[in-house]
Amino acid sequence: MTTASALLAPAGPGRRPRWLRRRVAMPGLGLTLGVTLTWLGLLVLLPIAAVVVRSLGLGPAHFAAVAFSPRALAAYRLSFGAALAAAAINGIFGLLIVWVLVRYRFPGKRLASALVDLPFALPTAVAGIALTAIYANTGIVGAPLASIGLRLAYNPSGVVLALVFIGLPFVVRTVEPVLADLGQDIEEAAATLGASRLAVFRRVLLPEIMPALLTGFALAFARGVGEYGSVIFIAGNMPYKSEIAPLLIVTQLEQFDYEGATAIAAVMLVVSFAMLAVINLIQARERRWRDGA
Amino acid sequence: MARRRMKAAVTESRAVRCALILIALAWLALVILLPLLAVFSQALARGSRAFWAAIVEPDALAAIRLTLVTAIIVVPLNGVFGMCAAWAIAKHDFRGRDLLTTLIDLPFSVSPVVAGLMFVLLFGANGWFGPWLIAHGIRIMFAVPAIVIATAFVTFPYVARELIPLMSAQGKAEEEAALTLGAGFFQTFWHVTLPNIRWGLLYGILLTNARAMGEFGAVSVVSGHIRGLTDTMPLHVEVLYNEYNFVGAFAVASLLAALALVTLAAKALLEWRHRDSIAATGH
Repeated sequence: MTTASALLAPAGPGRRPRWLRRRVAMPGLGLTLGVTLTWLGLLVLLPIAAVVVRSLGLGPAHFAAVAFSPRALAAYRLSFGAALAAAAINGIFGLLIVWVLVRYRFPGKRLASALVDLPFALPTAVAGIALTAIYANTGIVGAPLASIGLRLAYNPSGVVLALVFIGLPFVVRTVEPVLADLGQDIEEAAATLGASRLAVFRRVLLPEIMPALLTGFALAFARGVGEYGSVIFIAGNMPYKSEIAPLLIVTQLEQFDYEGATAIAAVMLVVSFAMLAVINLIQARERRWRDGA
Repeated sequence: MARRRMKAAVTESRAVRCALILIALAWLALVILLPLLAVFSQALARGSRAFWAAIVEPDALAAIRLTLVTAIIVVPLNGVFGMCAAWAIAKHDFRGRDLLTTLIDLPFSVSPVVAGLMFVLLFGANGWFGPWLIAHGIRIMFAVPAIVIATAFVTFPYVARELIPLMSAQGKAEEEAALTLGAGFFQTFWHVTLPNIRWGLLYGILLTNARAMGEFGAVSVVSGHIRGLTDTMPLHVEVLYNEYNFVGAFAVASLLAALALVTLAAKALLEWRHRDSIAATGH
């Protein structure tokens, strides 16, 4: 045993003087945990508490009246519906992109892979005006589509489009490592047993990547529900028609309707935390399943 | 021969492969590449002179300055916090550690607009601390402090989230060796831990900075949109866009897009050169 590894070995009783044993305890817990809890408490927990306490202060009847007014319900329907549609589209095309990036070789693959991350880095307002420039009725893609009667901007489909942009990397980056880690031996086994390529994909590969795909879907959905910057430029923002829930909060704040804004924010917080719980549950189940297998 | 047949059985025909690659690339081009190119082409639509004029205009310069100031305050704060959180969580064992890790992630799942509203409820005229702040003449809401605080909230988890898995994976044997040899906490952290995590830390700081400079929703709620005073670059983009000054809006937007590209390039370089010393987090 070298001296270095002797030093790294746990100090057995009697092998080392007492002072040495005591010093091996990791220091700094009090200081670092103190800083962490203070910063977390002031910056995150206190503000969240403010929303919770203020909306509880409204009383159940008043809360329900402002949180579930017809206009608010229409906004939730759009926010959740568009986020769901966008997450589904991203599930399909995200999986296709992962498949191509992991399994095939082609020129420009590195660039394509780097492009996927752009929505993480590009400020949402920039994404919003850029998507509008392209998909509005005068845009390079929007104009030909408009001429065949397909209008993608200034209506709910604009919301879906913006959320597709925002959500794509969540699906790709969640599924990619799982597919990359999957050895091809089970596929070979299935093929040897006479399964067609499509059957192998559906019955062997898809079940393996399903937890990751669901996690990516849920992450994209959760992000889409609360998204604001990329959506408002392309949505049209008509109350009851193309007004997302975060925009309704902003509108009510501008009209000094703090109660309405707080109640809607509370509903959105509850949904966010429920989504967080669902995502953690999927991942915990997957981990347990993998450990058990 | 048998090997080749096996290989054919676990891949697709050439036609299918080409079709799938084409669909994937076309989708990426439509959804991501085209919008990116649109930012630069719209910014230069009236020539480089108009582009330059839009950037050196006083309100745009004020917005650039405010964005830089905000990032310079927020990034070090959340960097230090992230290192503290990672040291506490990765190098120690205590009750509630998993709960703490979950709580640190919370800002990721809160809508930016809701985040902004929270600070209105705390510091606004009708907020918890509003009357006290007004009585003492302290201005937070609709001023620079609120912008900094809201930005700190949305960028809160990035560094911690990058460092926690990295420091957990590295274990604590090296630190224990240093401590045994008589080094103190700060010495150990500075000479042993920091060199081990520097690339991961840089990675986290890059992401924090990109988000800090680009945040829109949360800042929009708390800024008050006072031109030349409380408009950050993303807010200035919105103001110009709503005034139909498209060249101006896209000119400022192109600076933010360039920042995003630099961030992505640096991120790709880090992932390529130091794959082992950064944690794959997906954010």
